Amino acid sequence: MTGAAAAARRWAPPPLIASAWLRRGLALGAAIYLALALGTLRVNWRRVWEGLDRGGAFVVGFARPDFVSRWVEISEGILEGLVMTVTATAVGILISVPIGLGAARNLAPLPVYLACRGIVAASRTLQEVIVAIFFVAMFGFGPLAGVLTLSFATVGFLAKLLAEDIEDTDPAPAEAVRATGASWLQLLNYGIQPQVMPRLIGLSLYRLDINFRESAVIGIVGAGGIGATLNTAFDRYEYATAAAILMTIIAIVMTAEYGSGLIRRRVQ
Amino acid sequence: MLSVERLVKRYPTGDAALRGVDLEVPAGQVMALIGPSGAGKSTLLRCVNRLVEPTAGRVRLEGEDLTALGAAALRRARRRMGMIFQEFALVERLSVMENVLSGRLGYVGFWRSWFRRFPPADVEEAFRLLDRVELAESCDKRADALSGGQRQRVGIARALLQNPRILLVDEPTASLDPKTSRQIMRLICELCRERGLAAIINMHDVALARLFVERVVGLRQGAIVYDGPPDGLTPEVLTTIYGAEDWSEARRRGGADEEEEEEPEVDEQRLAGLT
Ligand SMILES: Nc1ncnc2c1ncn2[C@@H]1O[C@H](COP(=O)(O)OP(=O)(O)O)[C@@H](O)[C@H]1O
Ligand SMILES: [Mg+2]
Repeated sequence: MTGAAAAARRWAPPPLIASAWLRRGLALGAAIYLALALGTLRVNWRRVWEGLDRGGAFVVGFARPDFVSRWVEISEGILEGLVMTVTATAVGILISVPIGLGAARNLAPLPVYLACRGIVAASRTLQEVIVAIFFVAMFGFGPLAGVLTLSFATVGFLAKLLAEDIEDTDPAPAEAVRATGASWLQLLNYGIQPQVMPRLIGLSLYRLDINFRESAVIGIVGAGGIGATLNTAFDRYEYATAAAILMTIIAIVMTAEYGSGLIRRRVQ
Repeated sequence: MLSVERLVKRYPTGDAALRGVDLEVPAGQVMALIGPSGAGKSTLLRCVNRLVEPTAGRVRLEGEDLTALGAAALRRARRRMGMIFQEFALVERLSVMENVLSGRLGYVGFWRSWFRRFPPADVEEAFRLLDRVELAESCDKRADALSGGQRQRVGIARALLQNPRILLVDEPTASLDPKTSRQIMRLICELCRERGLAAIINMHDVALARLFVERVVGLRQGAIVYDGPPDGLTPEVLTTIYGAEDWSEARRRGGADEEEEEEPEVDEQRLAGLT
């Protein structure tokens, strides 16, 4: 019995950080930092207490959403949001495809690659709300600023993922197509496009979802759409209307989610 | 017809993959290029149609210097060189017919190929080739629905639809089982004979090469170390090509294959070797 136990060899996965001292030191450091950071958050508990009332009114508003009294504003906002979303997604896809091709290292020469990667990086660094504020300042309040913002954001998202998908394609079929004497465009159409199309469609539908949600957010800074209506409702303390707007947004997002799921399954 | 002169290829990452290769392939000749992996067989084929740019040297096809061609002229020259690949290199999400018709891409304009509106004569020829490789019924199947042997037959039809003068064949059977390997090799050699095509066939398998070709070229570390008939592959020669090893197996297999009846036995030996 004891002989067998002595013979049994023990094994544990090696720790991520080999030095025990360093491991414990880092854990301790993290704990101290967290405690200090929490200490600097000065919470005004009285203000929190007062705010609970408003939060309560908001929750009650959800129980009795008011679609009727502001229905015209709500429906106009929704419609404007949808138009913005669809336009921006379509424009975004049209711009993303050439930029995605240029940002794929296996297709583009180095200068083109760097330029396209630069555009992608710029689009991804700037958050939608910041871009929206910028476009609102340039073009004034309204849906044009919103469409430009969402198109710009779509390019960063789609072009990057498309480029990565292109870089992951199997090089063998593309080589075979090249060997037949195909031109560069024919190479794209026969060697690359069939490999990336299902994912491109899936990503575009996903981006449509995201753009609708974002259109509500950037509306708050004046870039048109349902967000503007929502903001007005909050400003007027019309929580029942705000609840109605939020519920409409949720319903639309869920419908879009379900629909895009169906389409994505068909194209795989 | 194809002549390769002092061809050198140095990849940016390593040392020379080809060190001055001279090779002459007359019209209609089917030859095997053998050698250990890393010898430079694939590189040599790809330097011929310039999928890989040679570092130095010349490649001539029917007198035309391929290494000096600009992009458009190179595309036209590639139409005369059909390529067949080890992993078949089909576009999996395209149909069998689209894969075969892609052999005409060098001949048709972009919009025609985009809308899949190939000239009727091309479509007719594609059907004839699919008939020949016994895949006409599968023409609308997706390429990824086929077995390995069927995929390679699609690859062969694609290469032949180019109406090439020479086939560049890179280990056509390395991903196939022994029986299918032979069928594919036989098909390639028959088609070359029917159409008077020359072919360079890269191979791993010395015994299979002996069965099907009239000339064997041995490549080692980017240089040609043997060029002659399959019968000349003595143990000494094989040792020069591949390094020291016991060659009785490869020799015996080759010797046993002189009569057709003995083929099944060879298959069994190869299968035994695989287990
Ligand atoms: N794309 C590449 N980049 C760098 N080195 C390569 C590349 N392709 C092949 N090589 C090198 O060139 C040599 C010859 O390779 P290859 O032509 O594939 O040989 P074979 O087909 O005979 O196995 C090998 O040493 C290989 O590592
Ligand atoms: Mg190879």
